[in-house]
Amino acid sequence: MIKRGPTSGHSAHDLLTGLAWISPWLVGFAAFMFLPICISAYLAFCQFNGLRAPVFTGLENVRTLFTDPTFWKVLKNTSIYAAFALPLGTLLALALAVLLNMRVPGRTLWRAIIFVPTLVPLVAVAMIWMWIFNGRYGLINMCLGAVGIEGPNWLGDANWTMPAMILLSFWTVGHAVVIYLAGLQDVPRALYEAAHVDGATAWQRLRFVTVPMISPSIFFNVVIGIIFVWQVFAVPQIMIPNGGPGRNAYFYTMYVYDVAFEHQRFGYACILSWVQLFIILALTALAFRLSKRLVFYRGAVT
Amino acid sequence: MMDSPLLRYVGLVVLVILCAVFVSPLLWMLSTSLKPQEEIKTSGFAALPDNPSRTLQYAYENYYAGRDKFVDDRGIERTGYEGVLTSDNVHFILYLRNTLIVAVFSVAGVVFASAICAYGFAKVAWPGRDPVFAVVLATMMIPFPAVMIPTYFIFKFLGWIGTLAPLWVPACFGTAFNIFLLRQFFMQIPGDLSEAARIDGLNHWGIFWRIVLPLSRPALAVVALFHTMYVWNDYIGPLIYLNHQDTFTLALGLQFYQAQHGGTPWNLLMAACTLITAPLLILFVMSQRTFIEGITTTGMKG
Repeated sequence: MIKRGPTSGHSAHDLLTGLAWISPWLVGFAAFMFLPICISAYLAFCQFNGLRAPVFTGLENVRTLFTDPTFWKVLKNTSIYAAFALPLGTLLALALAVLLNMRVPGRTLWRAIIFVPTLVPLVAVAMIWMWIFNGRYGLINMCLGAVGIEGPNWLGDANWTMPAMILLSFWTVGHAVVIYLAGLQDVPRALYEAAHVDGATAWQRLRFVTVPMISPSIFFNVVIGIIFVWQVFAVPQIMIPNGGPGRNAYFYTMYVYDVAFEHQRFGYACILSWVQLFIILALTALAFRLSKRLVFYRGAVT
Repeated sequence: MMDSPLLRYVGLVVLVILCAVFVSPLLWMLSTSLKPQEEIKTSGFAALPDNPSRTLQYAYENYYAGRDKFVDDRGIERTGYEGVLTSDNVHFILYLRNTLIVAVFSVAGVVFASAICAYGFAKVAWPGRDPVFAVVLATMMIPFPAVMIPTYFIFKFLGWIGTLAPLWVPACFGTAFNIFLLRQFFMQIPGDLSEAARIDGLNHWGIFWRIVLPLSRPALAVVALFHTMYVWNDYIGPLIYLNHQDTFTLALGLQFYQAQHGGTPWNLLMAACTLITAPLLILFVMSQRTFIEGITTTGMKG
């Protein structure tokens, strides 16, 4: 394609051609993104039960936010979940990718086994793990029982619902593993050979060659992870509605859903969803900031 | 990377153990679904029923026909139950039909619309293209909960609540993720090719239809595959938009099924989970390469 300057006489025609091509997205964006965001920005300052017209109440909803213990509870729960599930999940995914990148017999089978759990529909994931976490007959407690440990009643004990949710999240790291594997295969062998000649140990090669070389993939997964982990909904909603004992596994999106569709407080639910959006955007921005120091882009150096 | 034989051996052992852990929930699901109800709490680690020769009969009962109340060999009365597919209250065949309707319409729509938009971002030169594309990318970071409430009222205004339309119509305007994915692919198609076609008298539509689309079949397959997965998996959409069980999709129907049975007969629930998961596993086995390539192209160029 020939790039024409903005002063070119063709530019108005070019603009129209371009807009015509992307018009499906433009319409969809206007109807299902821009319009909802505008409506939500208004409703956030209203009382609205879905039946009568919204009543503008100014900052009332913001004030409610500060005195709403459940809001702080779900904020805390979701932060704890994110703080454990995301870093530990990233480490596990990296470890699995390194192991799967070894030249060992049965590689294809091992890779498929790690990836397959990501295909299971979330509703089925929730039910399978309800059964696995069953206090008396579940797989985990039977395994613990076999080595003489009496397992907790995972989903019925206020101390164990959160660990159960974090543990479960590790089952679906396969997506990240696939991306890391692709990154690992792109690392030039010459780098490892050079490191070997220099007398680097296996750990040093991992730390100073592998990790820096695949840091763009790690960064990509962390950003995606932040966005998803803060939205966790289906699995806890089905396994432990209302967050279980002490509401210790009551997560942010579950609360937004309940406030809106169970209690019909749509205005307050909108301000809650704005807070969630800002948290996700702030964390993503932070990740981008840190990435300038921590992520190594090959193209930028050579 | 791990080239010392000892390290590789240790790595393989760790890998096999981790794979055993990862695959066990699915095997546990399948195993539970093959047992009669009275054995669920007593069978421990056993993979098959106490009387393995009856496995097929039990599977037939759990998955399909159910069984009548009966008195067993030891004179104990056993409860009867309905099989998953012939249950009176829960109609999985109907849910499958609904899911397929949503899948067919939204996959066709999303592939076509995303491809048109992607062409506009990859192959048409127009002023402001790159900033607009940045907006497309930015919308990927906006979580669904942020627009969920106003979107619900937009569909309510349109009279679509309780119908399948909200689940497939938005996809027909393309989605940011798929536009991004296809644009990356279209960019790799050499510009010379479209230039030659232009000299031969093809306009943009001709280039798109006769050159770009046929060359992009693998990428279009990835989009179709991912979107099918998304439709199959989606829980929060159907939960919000559907209010009558005749319109339920499989994911919502499975949750409904679980909620119906207060006592949760695990053998039936696991049979239902197996049924809803199996098509995705088959799809994966048939198109493993497309899956993995799709995930890696999106991950690498992010």
